[in-house]
Amino acid sequence: MPLRSPSLSRLLAALPLIAIACSGAPPPEPPTPKAPAPIATPGGLRDPASFAGMADPAARSQAMFLEASRVMLHPRCVNCHPTDDSPRQREAHELHNPPVLRGDDDQGIPGLRCTSCHQDTNLELARVPGAPKWQLAPKSMPWLDQTPAAICAQVKDPKRNGGRSLAQIVDHSTHDKIVAWGWSPGWGREPAPGSQAQFGALMAAWVENGAACPQEEASR
Amino acid sequence: MSVTLKINGKDEALDVDPEMPLLWAIRDVVGLTGTKYGCGQALCGACVIHLDGEAVRACVTPVRRAVGHAVTTIEGLSPDGSHPLQRAWVELAVPQCGYCQAGQIMTAAALLRKRPKPTDAEIDHSLAGNICRCGTYTRIRAAVKKAAEEGSAR
Repeated sequence: MPLRSPSLSRLLAALPLIAIACSGAPPPEPPTPKAPAPIATPGGLRDPASFAGMADPAARSQAMFLEASRVMLHPRCVNCHPTDDSPRQREAHELHNPPVLRGDDDQGIPGLRCTSCHQDTNLELARVPGAPKWQLAPKSMPWLDQTPAAICAQVKDPKRNGGRSLAQIVDHSTHDKIVAWGWSPGWGREPAPGSQAQFGALMAAWVENGAACPQEEASR
Repeated sequence: MSVTLKINGKDEALDVDPEMPLLWAIRDVVGLTGTKYGCGQALCGACVIHLDGEAVRACVTPVRRAVGHAVTTIEGLSPDGSHPLQRAWVELAVPQCGYCQAGQIMTAAALLRKRPKPTDAEIDHSLAGNICRCGTYTRIRAAVKKAAEEGSAR
């Protein structure tokens, strides 16, 4: 029968390390992270620096888009990027009430235009959301129920992104007023993660690192 | 603050807050009570008027949005109630209680302005946001078709 158990052996072997730690010597450097840092707050968004530990630019770019897709797939954004002709509302993507349609110009149909009800700003008392140029995203830009990979491919494709260059995509993400509404949605609505400035910075860093798209099976 | 609105072709100088709902200004300040207050949240359609011919819900439209644009209420749709929709409404006895009917007619007028010969589906879709608690929907659709057939939508 052995004199010492295995766990006791490990404890004795670790004693020199414990002694170093107690002596005030600096602890060893942690290993370089391979994955981005965790989200600081539930409604937060990781910034580009969070991905600095990823050595491969393509992998870094993919991870950045995946993070940005948390905004794109948030109800405040995806509800007006439907795959069909009807906007959604609320957190569970309910069909819009009244039942409205996109029409020929993505701004509604005769007699029931988006601007029949939506103004250029939120109406707190009536609880009707609003922002300048309120409308549905064109049908070429469906995000509802899509994967980050599919959204990435659409965002990069000038035939499906409104003819925008990657620089224009970054500018749109950073400055567009209807995009800005996602973080100031008015009465009772959860804002998109982070801020528009953080979202824009992520999109800019995604482009700077090669605008790589996540794998199809990747999820946010 | 004083703002000037052109309502039914007439300039109206109003001492109101520019953020006041247009419905309040039309009904309570100008005294045109044909446009009705229903839900106050753009959900029922009772307050539909026209801004430059487009249907808008006056209960959620701030007065400032109407400055410089032509406001038309049910009283201004025709000078004597002779708009094809109004005639069709009378002929087919569309209303029951009547509360929603001004909004229904104003929405239908905006539809006919863009689609002079709408299909049943187009009528249903365009009027989908106008609620009628009496359930006169089939008569409303028939009256819109009748007005369209007369070919004098305006």
